[in-house]
Amino acid sequence: MAPGTDRSAAPAGARRRGLLSVAAVAAALTLAVAACGSGGSKSTSSNPDDGTQLTMWVRSATDQFSQRLVDAYNQSHKNQVKLTIIPNDNYLTKVGAAAGSHSLPDILASDVVYTPNYTKQGLFADITSDIKALPYFSSIAQSHITVATYQGKIYAVPHKLDSSVLFYNKDLFTKAGIDKPPANFADILADARKITALGNGVTGFDIAGSCGGCGVYTLFPYAWAAGVDILPDNGKKVNINNDAFKAVFTLYKQLTDEKLVDSSDKAQDGSTWPANFEAGKVGMLALGSPIVGDLLKQTSFQWGVTPLMAPDGSKTSTFIGGDVAGIAATSKHQAQAWDFLKWTLDDNAQVEIIAKNGDLPGRTDLSGNKYTAADPRTKLIADGLKNGHTPFALPFGDLFNNPNGPWVETIRAAIYGNDVNKALSDGQAKIQAGLDAAG
Amino acid sequence: MSVTAASQPATDEAPTRRRVRRAPGSPGRRPLTGLMFVAPTGVIVAGLFLVPLAILVYMSFTDWPLLASPTPNGVDNYRNLAHDDRFVGAIGFTLLYTAITTVVLFAIAFALVAISNSHRRGTRFYRTAFFLPYVVGTAAASTMWWVDSSDSLGVFNRILEAVGLIHKPVGFLDTPGKALFSVITLVVWKFIGFQVLVLLVGVQSIPNELYEAARVDGASTWQRLRYITVPGLKPTLALLTVLSVTGSLLAFDQFFVLTHGGPDNSTVTVVLALYNKAFQSFRLGDAAAEAVVLLVALILLNFIQLRLLRNRENS
Repeated sequence: MAPGTDRSAAPAGARRRGLLSVAAVAAALTLAVAACGSGGSKSTSSNPDDGTQLTMWVRSATDQFSQRLVDAYNQSHKNQVKLTIIPNDNYLTKVGAAAGSHSLPDILASDVVYTPNYTKQGLFADITSDIKALPYFSSIAQSHITVATYQGKIYAVPHKLDSSVLFYNKDLFTKAGIDKPPANFADILADARKITALGNGVTGFDIAGSCGGCGVYTLFPYAWAAGVDILPDNGKKVNINNDAFKAVFTLYKQLTDEKLVDSSDKAQDGSTWPANFEAGKVGMLALGSPIVGDLLKQTSFQWGVTPLMAPDGSKTSTFIGGDVAGIAATSKHQAQAWDFLKWTLDDNAQVEIIAKNGDLPGRTDLSGNKYTAADPRTKLIADGLKNGHTPFALPFGDLFNNPNGPWVETIRAAIYGNDVNKALSDGQAKIQAGLDAAG
Repeated sequence: MSVTAASQPATDEAPTRRRVRRAPGSPGRRPLTGLMFVAPTGVIVAGLFLVPLAILVYMSFTDWPLLASPTPNGVDNYRNLAHDDRFVGAIGFTLLYTAITTVVLFAIAFALVAISNSHRRGTRFYRTAFFLPYVVGTAAASTMWWVDSSDSLGVFNRILEAVGLIHKPVGFLDTPGKALFSVITLVVWKFIGFQVLVLLVGVQSIPNELYEAARVDGASTWQRLRYITVPGLKPTLALLTVLSVTGSLLAFDQFFVLTHGGPDNSTVTVVLALYNKAFQSFRLGDAAAEAVVLLVALILLNFIQLRLLRNRENS
């Protein structure tokens, strides 16, 4: 895996030479601060940048994102981070096996929805005092800090932040004679009808009909915006059998029944979800900030974003997803690993590496940075984070992301079955049973 | 086997002498030498099969979450299995899939053997064409099928539309029936070459003289098929049945990659259910119990199959 990673990284590194010199200066400044800040508690030497080889694991969902950070750090530091990218589906298995044999890497990233499993098992080292000593501690993405906190201690920092929104194709909107983005469910339905009527294989909307993770990412925000607490009681209860979800699935069912979505949507498992929108054939697509980078690169059509809204449009919300990164409790290089994590949070890495590529900074005080603020679309996504949520439940992946799990079953029964009410009450019972079984 | 072969040169000698000569030497040295020869295999079997199997059996009696430490829980895992609708449903589906696949594979293979055993032109081409898909890995073939059967990306719908059979995409994975059909077409395409090859070897190993003699005696085509070809093919058919049944009962790749067990969990096989238990739910103890049940079932089934086949050969 490593040789392939190195090869693909090389040209990207060359392109960013200008950026790296900036990074180096900032990193030098950072080091001076770091030497003062975290000197006492953990480091074995006064300077944690002492040429240590660090290992880091990330899942493939963040591969290029993580690679950019690691490359820039390696260029400007004596410490060298060796990044290993593990396929999404195998990540937990691999971490579990490594935890059993005490062979975890120094730095371990984790999808936010799985993080509570790791903190509960004590895989991460406690970094509470280090992170609280950071001058910008209060503005580090609260959603990620919350999932990385267990029994009052903080175990990880935000690695990647993403957020779900509604993308729309401005060209198709103009052609269909619509002059503003949809503000509520009635708008979505009306706009989807007008855009589908354009013909030529264009559809108004796009639904991932066989993808639990997609459903969580893009359907939960509608309900949150309507004031529903979907996983109350610290993730021990589930609440999907309510008016908000009924409205959501009634809309999605209607979009499907009226053929305002592509026929392939029913089997869409998420792997090719944005393809039709990126090809300019879809009017509206609820997805998230990870596709912004690709959309910015294409020039064939104009696009806009608008927040995911409550059915009546009264409020908006978003799913704040992404990854956190922590130091493995078994790592022998805790001070050096913290040096890397801290560097990723500093202004330079956040702005010049993360925001510049169209991704969201992991700190709220940087949401007005020159790259994010320059584009009203990325600014809208960044500003929306304040209304966002990250769900929590220990068996989250098994119940919601699992392609054979009860949530996918619920989505499909509600959209492709005959009875939304029954689908939701069945789903409510099955997911609750899963939460109860996990204790 | 090797012992019999080694003792054969001695058969010329007088029985008494042989017994005298072997008595002092063989009980001491020979078994030791033999043991040394089988030792490498023994170590491999023990290290890669018996020890993991013992661990698996132990796991099946514990509550073993992926991240925490395991705790023994007696036969709870096995008791859970009986109430696990997904697992019980998977057994039913796997049996259905095995039955359909085995029958369809044989039916099509017979037709293709007839084609590739003829002396017409192009026979070699057909044989190669039938066998080629077999060298594609199952996961790779499943990925191919997944892309090709997609409504928006795939060529299957395009071709059917071009020849006018359909007017809108079929949605090959949209309903349980269509998904099972898609998997079976994939399996037939992928494995038929092997089936044809083995049957062809079987057919060609039947001496031509038998057919000539039968023809001279005035046997019809049907009679030659009934009384020469089918009996001559029995061992081959037995082998293929065992392989096909065992392979189908253990089906995983094609379902994991092509259908993900969907739509609506209608195509979850036993091994896929087991995989999900271990790597989606992270309940390794329950998964181990399922694996043990599957192993026992397979051993019994193969035992019965081989027993039946042996009886048939003897009779």
